[in-house]
Amino acid sequence: MKRRQELGLGLLGVLLAFGVCEAVSRAGIVRRSYLPPASEVLSRALELAGDSVFLDGIGATLRAWVLGLGLACAIAVPLGLLLGSVPLVDAAVRAIVEFLRPLPSVALIPLVSLLLGSGTETKVALITYACVWPILFNTIYGLGETDPLAKDTLRAFGFGRLAVLLRVELPGTAPFIAAGIRISAAVALILAVATEILAGFGEGLGIFIAQASLSTDGTRDVLAGVVWAGALGLVINGVLVWGERRLFPWTPEQRERAAAYRGRGV
Amino acid sequence: MSRDGAVAVRGGGVRQVGRVAVGGVLLRWVVLAVAVGCWEVAARAHDSVYFPPPGRIADHAYELWFSGPVRQVFLTDAAVDNIGPSLGRMAAGFVIAAVAGIALGVAVGRSRRTYALCNPVLQFARAVPPPALVPVFVVVLDFGTQMQVASIAFSALWPVLINTAEGARNTDPLRLDVAAVLRLNAVERLRFLLLPSALPRIFAGLRLSLSLSLILMVFSELLPGTANGIGFTLTDAQSRSDLLTVWAALVLLGALGYLLNTGLLAVEKRLIGKGRPI
Repeated sequence: MKRRQELGLGLLGVLLAFGVCEAVSRAGIVRRSYLPPASEVLSRALELAGDSVFLDGIGATLRAWVLGLGLACAIAVPLGLLLGSVPLVDAAVRAIVEFLRPLPSVALIPLVSLLLGSGTETKVALITYACVWPILFNTIYGLGETDPLAKDTLRAFGFGRLAVLLRVELPGTAPFIAAGIRISAAVALILAVATEILAGFGEGLGIFIAQASLSTDGTRDVLAGVVWAGALGLVINGVLVWGERRLFPWTPEQRERAAAYRGRGV
Repeated sequence: MSRDGAVAVRGGGVRQVGRVAVGGVLLRWVVLAVAVGCWEVAARAHDSVYFPPPGRIADHAYELWFSGPVRQVFLTDAAVDNIGPSLGRMAAGFVIAAVAGIALGVAVGRSRRTYALCNPVLQFARAVPPPALVPVFVVVLDFGTQMQVASIAFSALWPVLINTAEGARNTDPLRLDVAAVLRLNAVERLRFLLLPSALPRIFAGLRLSLSLSLILMVFSELLPGTANGIGFTLTDAQSRSDLLTVWAALVLLGALGYLLNTGLLAVEKRLIGKGRPI
């Protein structure tokens, strides 16, 4: 199948889904206050793009997202490099990590809001906690995958441990770190919205959704907020995937895709 | 670990590998014990309200949930009333998501055309942060078990669905040809071809879905208006500033997450076998 055909089919699928939602609501199969017609939700979402209060909310959510994700990178990448390159430290810390990781981060919301109140700090702290794990594990995993031959060569030339780390291991691990950051980006959005919905006041996308759900017939606004949240998630993911492809065109996934294209004779 | 193992094998035999592994395990537990011990000492010295010593948290958790009568397997009424419903809702949501996700995923992934048709919609559904949709479920289904199970199932559905579709789509074309030559019917193709080849992907999806179910289980119980569950225990304790219960619930949730993940990994190992890393 050609790329254009695929895009065409995808567009058709989107239109079909849209049409079904519209029809189900218009035909009165589901109560209108439960599922407003898709066109109304979409026009409300577009209308919100001109609403400065709403945009400020989006800005607040994105600010927490950036801060939390940035902090998580600053903690997880060096820590991952340390754990991945010194087996003794890794073995020592592994148990603690294994006990912290399975804790669902949403469950920390009550504790952290008791400690830090319900402002940006709470959001950032929770996002950081949740985002550290994917980046940390991808860094450790990536270090294990670096080319041993390149490392040995550099060592043979008399380069020290740090030089090997900076010249071979870090560049080799970068694609894995990037993949970890992409996973964390989605997690960060989940945490930002979840914390805001539970806080219920202040500003942010989650707060818009929470307040809309309390008003009568607010489903249209809630769904418009959800459309925005989904669009944000898609854009963030798209940008990160694009960046990864530009920066690391040699990663296994890329090679696989190239091989697949060759196999199809494109 | 594997690096240590390889060195040990070269060094001379199975015994040494065993010793290295035992040393590693020992080191882990010792470090963990020391860390907990430090926390205990520091917390007792500071007497902070927010960070109670782990010993008291453990005592409190025991009192709260595990000091019940024998006929309830030592579970207290609080445990039966809160942990039970939480686990039940989570299991229901996860099972619905897994069954529906695998079925729909195979249906979508079987032909390239259907896959191309559904892909953008699925990607959008996955991009929506699940908690954003919970208020919609609250409006439609009102507070209660129905709403919670629905939001868990809806959120956990997408990773399984998308991964299964990917897995089914990437079935080796050569094998498909063999299946055509052997004249396997649709059910046989599904049983012997599509499902096995999609299995590693399916499990990758299931693992994501499991942690999402746990997150959504807690989140849907944290909302004001719920009457029971571990999440309810958390918010209830928070509103009373009962930090000991908050910490105990956190430890319980961490242990639950660990057990569930370990269980799923064990099932995965049995079904897929070793040596097929994903």
